[in-house]
Amino acid sequence: MTAELFSQYLFAGITYGIIYAIVAIGFNIIYNTTGIINFAQGEFVMLGGMIAISLNTIIPLVPAIALAVVITMIIGALIEIIFIRWLDNPSVLRMIIITIGLSILIREVALHIWGEGVRSLPYFNGNEISSIKILEAQISPQVLWVIGICGIMVTLLSIFFRFTSLGLDMRACSANRLAATLCGINARNMVTFSFMLSAGIGALAGCVMSPITYTQYDCGTGLAIKGFTVAVLGGLGNSMAAVAAGLLLGIIEAFSIGVVPLAFQDAISISILLIILFVRPNGLFGCNETANLKEF
Amino acid sequence: MLKIRNLEAGYGKLRVLKRISMHVAAGEIVTIIGANGAGKTTLLYTIAGMIKIMAGDINLFDNTLGKIKAEQIVAQGCSLVPEGRQVFSTISVQENLILGGYVQSKKKGYDKKQELDKIFDIFPVLKERQDQLAGTLSGGEQQMLAMGRALMAKPKLIMMDEPSTGLAPLIVKDIFQIIHRLRKGGNTVLLVEQNARAALAIADRGYVLETGKIILQGPADDLLDNCDVQRAYLGRDVGK
Repeated sequence: MTAELFSQYLFAGITYGIIYAIVAIGFNIIYNTTGIINFAQGEFVMLGGMIAISLNTIIPLVPAIALAVVITMIIGALIEIIFIRWLDNPSVLRMIIITIGLSILIREVALHIWGEGVRSLPYFNGNEISSIKILEAQISPQVLWVIGICGIMVTLLSIFFRFTSLGLDMRACSANRLAATLCGINARNMVTFSFMLSAGIGALAGCVMSPITYTQYDCGTGLAIKGFTVAVLGGLGNSMAAVAAGLLLGIIEAFSIGVVPLAFQDAISISILLIILFVRPNGLFGCNETANLKEF
Repeated sequence: MLKIRNLEAGYGKLRVLKRISMHVAAGEIVTIIGANGAGKTTLLYTIAGMIKIMAGDINLFDNTLGKIKAEQIVAQGCSLVPEGRQVFSTISVQENLILGGYVQSKKKGYDKKQELDKIFDIFPVLKERQDQLAGTLSGGEQQMLAMGRALMAKPKLIMMDEPSTGLAPLIVKDIFQIIHRLRKGGNTVLLVEQNARAALAIADRGYVLETGKIILQGPADDLLDNCDVQRAYLGRDVGK
């Protein structure tokens, strides 16, 4: 393999990898506060992209993206308030079925609003054919936008969880919900907030990736599967591990194109998911002890 | 301070507490003793607002509880140190304490550092370990952390659920001394214990709970001398 091809694959891998990581972090945020996997996470990404595309027809790009993120966050909060909040001690399985139902519902609503067509936001800089040469590879500037914005998001999230008092309250809810309530923290509000947060980061990721991956009413499903693979690969609930696992999966996928046909790309990530679930269900970076304590 | 009348509560259709009536006055240490499954923990969780009341009423600081949520009860000044400590094990000791002061931190003029120092005065060992993750502490230290965390909310009434469970006798002695000291500092304590002798030794009054009912109550010294209590909870065969 030539150096040029190598770095071309590498950049493609990093781009997809960091998108998977963002979806996986969305899974993790909700998993940490509720103990459930929100299978509608991929739909947040789709909604963010779609809403921004629609808004962009009337307002400029940056406000359109900002507004799309806010709207998706509100949708995330409403979903939690309408479908999850009022449940009294729901079982994990029941909540997961609800989120699967929600993902189908959102997809169908999106199909009615936006139709089957493939849409995309314009490139933030330049157009489809503009490129920058880095390490011998020809990179679209949009790739740098994706990597940059997702990287900033990951950094801000980790600062938020580590150093702000709201972040600490959320960590407390995920460490021990009973004790958090006994400290006077309203755990239900924290769950609503976690839905808002993961909807927001999903939507932003959906916007920045839209020019290169395109947005369609059902593009969330595939992303959710990839994101879930990454979340499990890194160890559920561990957001920093999700970044490493996301990059790993993205790069494996990208380089696999050189070995097997493109059609097998999804099969590779599904195989990785199955192997991880069989061999190391607590993930590459998860520890056995905490995994045993988890309900799911 | 706390008045409970004909309280009934439980889980789902299961009624655990049956017509419980009791009270705690300001400045007292009151203990509830009883065997496993008697309903001690259920009673505390019901007062803390974690379990719904089926019948009867709880009157805390002259407010009737009922629809009030658990997190608001903490803000009113009633904290529970739960059974099994329940520290935030993946979070540092200092942050655990800061979280304990959550309801106070919303108030004006709250000085986090000063409050932390007060807790470190009571539990010097927590100061040494403040940057460690709470899950790495020993059982006794975790119990102290759970107590310190509850105290950060500056409760008028502090409820403790079996603070001595699983601890070495020497540490149990420490814990009970601290409870004694808390009362001197003006706290009111409602203590649930299986270690009946130690609990009655520091308490003013006690209630004996059996299968969800209060079967005996009175001053702690009287309960210590009571034949039934001695036979059932203090392991003394008074017949011979």
